[in-house]
Amino acid sequence: MTEVHRPYVADKPAQRETNEQLRARIPGWGVDLDPQDRPGYPREQPGIETGAHWELPERQEETYPRERSIEHGMLPPVFGTVAPLHGVSGAIKRYAYARYSEGRLAHWLLLIVGDRVEAFGAHVRSFATLHPDLPVKVGAVVAAEVHGEGLRSRFGQRRSDVKHQWLDPVVVLAPWVVSGWVGYRLTKAVLGRR
Amino acid sequence: MQAMVYRGPFKIRVEEKDVPRIEHPNDAIIRVALAAICGSDLHLYHGMMPDTRIGTTFGHEFIGVVHEVGSSVQHLKVGDRVMVPFNVYCGSCYFCARGLYSNCHNVNPNATAVGGIYGYSHTTGGYDGGQAEYVRVPFADVGPTIIPDWMADEDAVLLTDAVATGYFGAELGGIREGDTVVVFGAGPVGLVAARSAWLMGAGRVIVVDHLDYRLEKAREFAYAETLNFTQVDDVVVFMKQTTDYLGADVAIDAVGAEADGDLVQTLTSSKLKMQGGSPTALNWAIDSVRKGGTVGVAGAYGPVFSAVKFGDAMNKGLTLRMNQTPVKREWPRLFEHVRNGYLVPHEIVTHRVPLSEIPEAYHLFSAKLDNCIKVLVEPAAA
Ligand SMILES: NC(=O)c1ccc[n+]([C@@H]2O[C@H](COP(=O)([O-])OP(=O)(O)OC[C@H]3O[C@@H](n4cnc5c(N)ncnc54)[C@H](O)[C@@H]3O)[C@@H](O)[C@H]2O)c1
Ligand SMILES: [Zn+2]
Ligand SMILES: [Zn+2]
Repeated sequence: MTEVHRPYVADKPAQRETNEQLRARIPGWGVDLDPQDRPGYPREQPGIETGAHWELPERQEETYPRERSIEHGMLPPVFGTVAPLHGVSGAIKRYAYARYSEGRLAHWLLLIVGDRVEAFGAHVRSFATLHPDLPVKVGAVVAAEVHGEGLRSRFGQRRSDVKHQWLDPVVVLAPWVVSGWVGYRLTKAVLGRR
Repeated sequence: MQAMVYRGPFKIRVEEKDVPRIEHPNDAIIRVALAAICGSDLHLYHGMMPDTRIGTTFGHEFIGVVHEVGSSVQHLKVGDRVMVPFNVYCGSCYFCARGLYSNCHNVNPNATAVGGIYGYSHTTGGYDGGQAEYVRVPFADVGPTIIPDWMADEDAVLLTDAVATGYFGAELGGIREGDTVVVFGAGPVGLVAARSAWLMGAGRVIVVDHLDYRLEKAREFAYAETLNFTQVDDVVVFMKQTTDYLGADVAIDAVGAEADGDLVQTLTSSKLKMQGGSPTALNWAIDSVRKGGTVGVAGAYGPVFSAVKFGDAMNKGLTLRMNQTPVKREWPRLFEHVRNGYLVPHEIVTHRVPLSEIPEAYHLFSAKLDNCIKVLVEPAAA
C-alpha cells in the first residue's frame, strides 16, 4: 500500500510538540499569538502619533542644484547633502536623473556607470596624495585574513560562497587591468606615431 | 572628526571629515557612542547599490548623545542619550501619517520608490551614516528615542535595525498558531526572525544557511531546527519531504540581494550587476511554501529587476509581503520583549572594534571569517 502524505487528504496532522511543550521549552512562546495584536497591524494607521509638529516640514536650503527623480512632483523639503555631483560622473548621473524615471533600466545603468567613472577618477587622483587607493586594501585584508584565520574559516567548511569568492579580486582588479592595458596601447600608439 | 569613508567597491578607509552641521531647523547632531555594521552595508561595500558616491560614510545602526539641536527641536535636548531608527522620515507626509515610516516621501529626492536611510547611498537620499564620530539626524522630534535606563547599549544599537527587522520579517509572514516557518538566512536578521516566529506561536521553525557556525547560533539563540543547504541536493525537495509534502506555511527571506546557492544567479547579480540582486533565497522561499502560504521578505534588493519565480508565486496563490522596516513602530513591543528576556539582542554580537579598524571589520564580515555574525563599532569620541 502506498503511504498517503499530508496534502492528499484534508486533515492537518497534529503539531509535533503541543503548545504546552513549546511554552516550556521556549521563553515567550505565543506572547504575540494574536495576528491583530502585533505592532504592524493594521498596516496603515491613519492618524498615528509620530511627534511631527508641522503639516509640511520647513524647507532645507538648497545650496546647490539638487538632482531629483522625475517621479517627484517637487524637491522634497529635506535631503542629504553628502558628495554633490561633480565632473564627468556628475554629468552622467544628472542626465540619468533628468531623463529617465526609476522605472527605466537606463536610469539605473547610467547611475552605475557614473559610479564606476567616479571611482576610477578618485583612484587616479589619489595617487597624487599621501593616501593612494591601492587596488585592494592590502593592509586591512591581510590583517583580517590573518586574524580571522581566512583559510580555516573558508576551507573544510560546508560553505557555498568559496566557489565564487575568488572572483571578487578579479571583479575589483579588472578595471585596473583593462585601463592599464588601454593606457599602454594609447601611449604606444601616440609614441609610435611620432 | 574620524569617519568611515567609501572609496569604491571593496574599498573603504577611515578619514578626517568635517563635523556635520545643522541644515534644517529640526535637525540634531548626534555624537555616536556605538554603531554597527549591517548585512545591508555589504551590498554597498560590494558596489551593488546604484549611486553610492565616493566619500559617503555608511552606517544606519547607531546610538549616541545629542550634541546640538536645530531651532525647532522640542523633544530632545543636548546631552540626551538616544537610539535612532535607521529610517530617515518626516512623520507628516501621506505615508508617515499612516505609519509607513520606511516609505517617507519628504526625505529622498533621488528616488520615490524608497524612503530615506542613513549612510545608504544617494538612492536612499544621500545622507551620511553613523560609522563616524558625529552624524546629522534630520527630524529629531520624530525618529530618535531616549534610551531607557534599563537597556544595555548593545541591545539599543541592535534595536535600531537588525532586531526590529528580524521581528518585522516574522510579522510579514503573518504567522498563526502552529505554523511551520522556514527562515532563509542565519544572519542577525534571520536569527531574530526565527526567534520571533516562536513569539508569534509557530509550531516549528527551520533555519537555512550554508555557514555552520551561524546555524549553530540558530539552534542556541533561536531554538530552531537547521539545514545547511550545501548538504542537500535540492532545498525545495528537502522542504517538501520534511513537511510531509505539504510545504511550509510561511517562509521568510532574510538573505536578500547576495543570496548564494545558485552560481548563475550570483554571477549575474553580485559579480556582473545585471540584476538588482540574486533571488536564490526568495525563489527557494516561493517554492518551499505551501499553496496559499505566505512569503515575508525582509532581505533587501537593488532597484533593477531580479529573476524572481513569479509564475510559481501566482499559481500557488501566495501572499508576498515585504518592506523596509518601519523601525519605531516596532519599538514599544520590542522593548517589552527585551525587558522580559524573550529577545536577547546582544547574544548575536561577535565582534567589537574601534572605528579605526573598520576596514578590517568589513572584510571579516563580508568574507564571513572568524565566525563573524555581528560587528559593533566604537568611535573614538564616545
Ligand atoms: N527590510 C529591512 O528593512 C532590512 C533591514 C536590515 C537588513 N535587511 C536585509 O536583510 C538581509 C540580511 O541581513 P543580515 O544583516 O542578517 O545579513 P548577513 O549577510 O549577516 O546574513 C545573510 C545570511 O544569509 C546567508 N545566505 C546566503 N545565501 C543564502 C541562501 N540561498 N539561503 C539561505 N541563506 C543564505 C548567508 O550565509 C548569511 O548568513 C540583507 O539583505 C539586508 O540587506 C533588510
Ligand atoms: Zn540594515
Ligand atoms: Zn514622511
